[in-house]
Amino acid sequence: MDILRFITAGSVDDGKSTLIGRLLYDSKSILVDQLEQLEKQTRNKATGDIDLALLTDGLRAEREQGITIDVAYRYFTTHKRKFIIADAPGHVQYTRNMVTGASNADLIIILIDARQGVVEQTRRHSIIAALLHLRHVVVAINKMDLVNYANDVYNNIVIEYAQVAESLGLKDITYIPISALDGDNIVEPSANLDWYDGPTLLDVLETIEVQQGVNLTDARFPVQYVIRPQSEILHDYRGYAGKITSGIYRKGDAVTILPSGLTSTILAVETGGSEVEEVFAPQSAVLRLEDDIDISRGDLIVKTADVHQVSADLELLLCWMDTKPLVAGNKYYLQHNSRLVKAVVREIEYRLDVNTLEKQMAPEKVLLNDIVKVKLKTASPVAYDTYAQLPGNGGAILIDETSNATVGACMFQ
Amino acid sequence: MTKYRLDYLAQLESESIHIFRELAAQFEKPVLLFSGGKDSITLVQLAIRAFAPGKLPFPLLHIDTGHNFPEALEYRDRLAEETGVTLIVRQVADTIKRKDLTEPKGKFASRNWLQTFTLLETIEEFGFDACIGGARRDEEKARAKERIFSVRDEFGQWDPKLQRPELWNLYNGRIHKGENVRVFPISNWTELDVWNYIRRENIGLPSIYFAHDREVILYDGQWVAVSPYMRLDETDEVVTKKIRYRTVGDMTCTAAVESAAATLDEVIHEIMAARISERGETRIDDRVTEAAMEDRKKNGYF
Repeated sequence: MDILRFITAGSVDDGKSTLIGRLLYDSKSILVDQLEQLEKQTRNKATGDIDLALLTDGLRAEREQGITIDVAYRYFTTHKRKFIIADAPGHVQYTRNMVTGASNADLIIILIDARQGVVEQTRRHSIIAALLHLRHVVVAINKMDLVNYANDVYNNIVIEYAQVAESLGLKDITYIPISALDGDNIVEPSANLDWYDGPTLLDVLETIEVQQGVNLTDARFPVQYVIRPQSEILHDYRGYAGKITSGIYRKGDAVTILPSGLTSTILAVETGGSEVEEVFAPQSAVLRLEDDIDISRGDLIVKTADVHQVSADLELLLCWMDTKPLVAGNKYYLQHNSRLVKAVVREIEYRLDVNTLEKQMAPEKVLLNDIVKVKLKTASPVAYDTYAQLPGNGGAILIDETSNATVGACMFQ
Repeated sequence: MTKYRLDYLAQLESESIHIFRELAAQFEKPVLLFSGGKDSITLVQLAIRAFAPGKLPFPLLHIDTGHNFPEALEYRDRLAEETGVTLIVRQVADTIKRKDLTEPKGKFASRNWLQTFTLLETIEEFGFDACIGGARRDEEKARAKERIFSVRDEFGQWDPKLQRPELWNLYNGRIHKGENVRVFPISNWTELDVWNYIRRENIGLPSIYFAHDREVILYDGQWVAVSPYMRLDETDEVVTKKIRYRTVGDMTCTAAVESAAATLDEVIHEIMAARISERGETRIDDRVTEAAMEDRKKNGYF
């Protein structure tokens, strides 16, 4: 059994909350007391049937104001898989939340209202999915009950979306006609949609291959912490603790430490204090080296033969997440895995219109939810890969020095 | 290539170990909040794995309400002795005395709420900048939006609108003086994940997690242990039942489940079959108001 992490995206009223509620309900992840509470709330609103959307409503503050804040995480398990859903609210100020939710997702469910077809927001969600290199896309064409389960409505939307996907380079797309409200094709195949003979949504979620995306070739090990017991028995022990973002490490492997460029050989690989034969992504492990060299948090241990970039001049795509605008010349902290360096924004090259993909050159300032291409200069070199090649070593955040807030999501280009 | 696959428990374990190492590297004075329950016991085991063969770079802190199950306290002390971790215990009763706080009244005079005062006092006493907790996002609605690194202001308050976006596995632990971060390494685990991990790693638990005979009364549909900390009324009918606990909190606010499950396998089997959620079944305090947890979180509760 493994884990599938996915995000759901849809415009307001596309039925996203109902879909998640339906998945939880039909996979029997909703328990008696939660259901009772749901019935109570539904009665309060006097709408009759249980409102599955209420299941994903979080806080009283949100309910009172009728809004949702940021990303919420939901969990359910079937006998095949554990699922983690990143549930990002669907209002206009959406980019920041969706980028956050998508950063840890293997798959995205894009909801399309069958009555509306592909709309501006569908395009925007797809662009973000492409920017974050989500490997699997499920297009769930919802509210089929409201178009009399018509096959041609579905077919037209599939044709329309295929063009969007092609222009963005999105691959591995699965289309499913559903009704989240009635449960058609969510867990059980639908009798109303008998012309569709593909899998149900849960079938797809349960069977899609997720671990093939783990890169086992290009070894990257960011050092998080140095373990030095300094006890009598372990007097000279120095273990470098970290989580492997890609690749495999074994005893005897020749390694290079970045950005210093020092080299050594692996003396032992360990997990939980015991020596093991090898460790691989995404394991947390400890590496010990044969040479006593200066290594600390923020260093990257790679295998000697690997290609990598080490530079203080960085080009990246940036999703701006702060209400204070980003202006060229501003200074921030860049946190790239365990490495924290000061950075200055040298140039804002262009702003990407997330509805049309058009580039607006040299914008003066950057506002919340903007996606821009920027050039940064860091105080010391960063050892990175491009986000497209190795997302585990190609993503970073910007931190405001004065407020300490996380203000930007960066993808190395 | 199947050799290079991690099953879901190994993935969760790796993620939690990564979080432990991040917090140890980013904070000067972290502390692990230990309750004696299965979640904090799992936390301790994960932390030991994260820093082996070294020692834990932080102590455990138990905020003792004085209403604990004796079995949980016994387990706590044995754990500290066997693993050599540093254990700090602070008594809610001392805070009540020192600050002249009003003890809650009623049938189940729970000091659960007052823990917050002792916790904030202890944070100040030691200058802790990060408190590690065993909260999980599947537990309750207000938890579903909780960050893994959750920033609190000087009053320990949580503001859902001020939480930082968390991208990839990058955790921003930078804070101003006086602020504090709550860190939740098992955020992405469910109750069943915790039980399955305990079984896989053969982690010992306090005996009250397994079926035993106990004197209880039926209160609002739930079995509650007879203890010196509750008021026994004339109408209460004391009976001896075979029960076990699904969560371990104070004797005044934790209800028991009727059960004959005496082994981990049997307990897990029952939980998989159970149709009532963990909090709904065993926490008396959450049932007071629908938004009870949201209110307590805002005020600095774990």
